[in-house]
Amino acid sequence: MEQLLITTITILFFPVACLLLLVVLLASIGKSLGLRRQYVQFLLKVFEFGRHKIEKAQQKQENPDDETEEEVDSDDEGKRVIRRDISVSLDGLKFHSARQDLVLEDKKDFHISDAMYFAKCGMEAVIEDDVTKCFTAEELKSWNFLTRTTQGHQFISVRLTILWCLGFLFRYCFLVPMRVVVLSIGLLWLIVSTAFIGYLPRNKFKGRLNEYVSLMSHRILARGCSAYVVYHNKENKASSGIVVANHTSPIDVIIMSCDNCYAMVGQAQGGFLGVIQRALSRATSHIWFERSEVKDRHIVAKRLRDHVADKSKLPILIFPEGTCINNTSVMMFKKGSFENSDRIHPVAIKYDLRFGDAFWNSSKMGMLGHLWELLTSWALVADVWYLPPMDKQEGEDAIGFASRVKKEIVKQGGFADLDWDGMLKRNKVKEEWISKPQEEYSKLIKVE
Amino acid sequence: MGARASIQLQDVEIEEIQNETGFSRNQIIRLYSRFESLDKSGNGFLSREDFLRIPELAINPLGDRIVHAFFQESNDETVNFRQFINVLARFRPTKVKISKNKLNTREEKLKFAFRMYALDGDDKISRDELLAVLHMMVGANISEEQLGSIADRTIHEADTDGDKQISFDEFKQAMEKVDVEQKMSIRFLN
Repeated sequence: MEQLLITTITILFFPVACLLLLVVLLASIGKSLGLRRQYVQFLLKVFEFGRHKIEKAQQKQENPDDETEEEVDSDDEGKRVIRRDISVSLDGLKFHSARQDLVLEDKKDFHISDAMYFAKCGMEAVIEDDVTKCFTAEELKSWNFLTRTTQGHQFISVRLTILWCLGFLFRYCFLVPMRVVVLSIGLLWLIVSTAFIGYLPRNKFKGRLNEYVSLMSHRILARGCSAYVVYHNKENKASSGIVVANHTSPIDVIIMSCDNCYAMVGQAQGGFLGVIQRALSRATSHIWFERSEVKDRHIVAKRLRDHVADKSKLPILIFPEGTCINNTSVMMFKKGSFENSDRIHPVAIKYDLRFGDAFWNSSKMGMLGHLWELLTSWALVADVWYLPPMDKQEGEDAIGFASRVKKEIVKQGGFADLDWDGMLKRNKVKEEWISKPQEEYSKLIKVE
Repeated sequence: MGARASIQLQDVEIEEIQNETGFSRNQIIRLYSRFESLDKSGNGFLSREDFLRIPELAINPLGDRIVHAFFQESNDETVNFRQFINVLARFRPTKVKISKNKLNTREEKLKFAFRMYALDGDDKISRDELLAVLHMMVGANISEEQLGSIADRTIHEADTDGDKQISFDEFKQAMEKVDVEQKMSIRFLN
């Protein structure tokens, strides 16, 4: 038995080592054989087959419903439970439908039935609301052969089960070990090289070397998650200044850094992320801060301004939402980064969640748990769009500028545009928000 | 994620809920996954905090009353899925033909609205109770006096037996011309 094991290992060792070497080498010079593209396209075909099977099985099951409830008419609404008629938001009451009974055009006397507007709207929010939806994984339209996304699908057919088993073996017995090794190499390289660069005197050479090494290690790391990223409009790539992007996961940083070298601003993290942050800081100037410290804010703002003013420094990558969102929407952009620069380079990052959900639900799992999910997924497929730089307009304040930039990102990535603050993931609503709908409603009723 | 905890609803239970509420199987499964995602502690019950963690509900002027409705149903400090879905069932559209589902009739919808005002259980809306709801709806934007006169006028218009309160029957009369079916129905998708 032992003998057999040793023989297998010896036989397997050489090809596997060669494969690993090839992956790491290709990654470090930024070349691709087009294998990942083929792999992704192959997976799409498998998913399509699965969707077919599942639909067939469901049609058999379904008994004609005597209900006359509204049928779903568009693709997008397949995931919804209700169609919203009315909602309250930070700008007051919003009516989504043109149904006559809901139009409150002129001032009128208070009627005891007015409470029904709020009752209906509150109930709709209990069933479905934009914000909590942003902080939970988006649902898939068709199954991607991962048990984590089955949503109560049980046994469907033998063929699907066999396919799932094959996929499972492939993911856990081949992909995971390979990825772990590649990731470890990337990480080790990052830590060793930054430590080395840290000893060099500050000069042009150090900058160039850092750029080169950073690209290299991030590319290795990206391969470690089987990232397949398409960068659009590279001509808009920033060489200095502030770059803002929507935020889904800390992996965003790796995705972005495979194509350009950035300085980073962010909350100082503990644990695994902290190690990486400290490694990065050795090579070039990043800005890490404690969110709780108010005093830090001013220092950060000042450092940002200084950094941006120095054209020789790396562009700074900022995620102005301040928290990870499930990649369906973009939430409020914090004005901080928009106060410190008149020119912003927007970037939209859109993941294809069929191959694995990139969203880090930080309130539910730690960074390592998130990493494990990525490692056991099919791949990390993403599009990155570099948008043309935007300048602050005359008389525009930071909030206006921020929301204008956000709109461009929303448009490019096909996201939903939300005005809510991403901090709601952890914190309660602010008192002053409650008064907004009240004010709005008060305007609608007549008083003597 | 919530998906992994998957469905602990048994088929029998789904059927029971179907009969009780009129929701389709698919809707029940979806509402169950919503229930699970609201249940942050994962113990199968919702607390008031769980509800108020929905920002849109937290800023709803009558948010507290809406949440309260769930706890009236359960008579407890927690709400389980059956109670949760029973309350939601009142907001299913009313169909003229199907009268066997008792939860989404005009009467039930009116009762729900009535209970948002009448808290103390004497089955009448007093002036104070009406004022309290008015307060929640307008905040500090309308003066105390003006609210008082609105309350007086509303009670005066609805009160037929002259006890300066609104009973459920009087409430129903006041709602006669109101399209309750429309206003208290949510468009559920199938």
